[in-house]
Amino acid sequence: MSGTESTAMPDSPGPIPGAHAEGSPASRPAALPWGRLVYWSVLRELWEHRWCYIVPLIVAAVYLVGFAIGAARFPLPLLQDFLRTGAMPHVKVVGARLLEAPFDGASLTLMFTYLVVAVIYCLSALHSERSDRSILFWKSLPVSDTTTVVAKALFPVVLLPLITFVITVLTHGVMLMLGSAVLLARGVHVGALWAQIPLPPMWVALLYHLVTVHALYWAPIYGWLLLVSAWARRAAFLWAVLPVAAVLILEKLIFNTSVFARLLLSQLNGGEAAVPYRPGGAMTMQVPTLANLGAFLVSPGLWIGLAVFAAFLAGAVWLRRRQGPI
Amino acid sequence: MAVIEARALRKAYGKTVALDGIDLKIEPGRILGLIGPNGAGKSTALSSILGLIPYEGKLEVLGLDPWRSRDQLMREVSFIADVAVLPRWLRVSQALDYVAGVHPRFDRAKAERLLARTAIRRGSRIRELSKGMVTQLHLALIMAIDARLLVLDEPTLGLDILYRKQFYDALLTDYFDRDRTILVTTHQVEEIQNVLTDFMFIHHGRIALSCSMEEFETRYAEVTVPAEHLAAARQLRPIHERQVFGRSTLLFDGAERGQLEQFGNVRTPGIADVFVAVLGNATDDGQAGSSRS
Repeated sequence: MSGTESTAMPDSPGPIPGAHAEGSPASRPAALPWGRLVYWSVLRELWEHRWCYIVPLIVAAVYLVGFAIGAARFPLPLLQDFLRTGAMPHVKVVGARLLEAPFDGASLTLMFTYLVVAVIYCLSALHSERSDRSILFWKSLPVSDTTTVVAKALFPVVLLPLITFVITVLTHGVMLMLGSAVLLARGVHVGALWAQIPLPPMWVALLYHLVTVHALYWAPIYGWLLLVSAWARRAAFLWAVLPVAAVLILEKLIFNTSVFARLLLSQLNGGEAAVPYRPGGAMTMQVPTLANLGAFLVSPGLWIGLAVFAAFLAGAVWLRRRQGPI
Repeated sequence: MAVIEARALRKAYGKTVALDGIDLKIEPGRILGLIGPNGAGKSTALSSILGLIPYEGKLEVLGLDPWRSRDQLMREVSFIADVAVLPRWLRVSQALDYVAGVHPRFDRAKAERLLARTAIRRGSRIRELSKGMVTQLHLALIMAIDARLLVLDEPTLGLDILYRKQFYDALLTDYFDRDRTILVTTHQVEEIQNVLTDFMFIHHGRIALSCSMEEFETRYAEVTVPAEHLAAARQLRPIHERQVFGRSTLLFDGAERGQLEQFGNVRTPGIADVFVAVLGNATDDGQAGSSRS
């Protein structure tokens, strides 16, 4: 059809001078910059899903309370021993882990919170606007379905990792101050404590891990959940899980293989070469090496995953164009 | 150029034909009422015009294909579905911020002025507002957009009579001008009769009658006829006859006013009465098609 016939419009009979802000009524209003539309669309997600930062803040607060209690009850002789003899390598390793563990724990707890929040967000992102009929309001504004879906995809992939990172760093800061205050009250010199906890490298490792594994490698997961939330009329969670379970079970029954399961697992793990692994095989939160970064950038899992992500988003756009209130 | 131009516009959901080849052309500066029973195709027509659903046939709104360029079209078209579409979690201030953020023709100062006349507070969430206030807010947002076409789909559904009247008064006095076009559907035909410049009856996905209000007023006449003149009046072939308190009211299409005046006081009928007469006759004649719902 003639969507391209968007040339100038003739004056309507007796136009009122200045009735249109853009000059003559013949002019069509110019498009706003796409970045601006995306910005406001992401912001509106944040308004709607305030719980996405409130929940991590509550988790952080609970963790801090637990940490303060732990610090107050930490066996003093053990700590003093360590701080005095910290130079001895084997003690240092044990001691540093003792001191570092709560900080690592905070990172892991908030990272886990992020994943749960991201999954719940994605399942409701394109569903709640249909069930509360507000999709008709959003569609009455000059924001395309593509822009909306992109904004909703940026939320778990960009905004939530950032929020998680910032809240984790703040939590670490408060932990350091809380720990210092408690130890000071118990007569321990805190300077040594500060020297033992390598926070900046921890933050680098955390950010790397968040971006590579949980944002980019997990992107197809978020894309799938967004697609389901655009499609399902109800019980989006079941629609998200059941097809995956069906594929896993059918593959096992028919071929007696578990290729899909391994594929899924390696995607969830972020590709073995891309993140630092301990020799034992467990993922660690150590500072990545350049080799890690290189391996990450050339890993097929990343790029295939992102292609699948894009395909799922295209499907979500296709659906949102056609979907109305439910 | 016409604001809306459709040729052979058709939409089927499976075997159900919602729009059965509609032709229409709406010029700027009109207020068109789309009138029809539930399931007649009104909402489907509006959804097509707004680019919310794909369709068959040719449709241009402000020279654009709505299905392919909805976001571009929405820079010049405003739309109120009904009172329940503003998200309940949204704050009034956020609604203003967001629309100002994404709409190139939104005049925030105007919206603020319109809101200042109401009791709506900026910090309130939509869920804290009454139905009437939500409509006032939506109307303030829409009226602050310098659009060329405003589409209203049952905009006053569920509102009490006071707000319904205010709604149309505000539209007419503060918004409508010769450059704008308004397209409205409603069940409460009688309350918009004196607002409309044109109306269109839709029935079974087809246009049963399309007429301007000037034409309507010259063409249709209604007269309550005393029993002794009834036979004579019926000679003039009324299209409809109804009994009110034992007296017959006859509805005429195209009858000479002078002739009718001998039977009693000649009035312009309500659109709803003509609607009933036209659609009733169409159904009696079997013209309105088969068993589509």
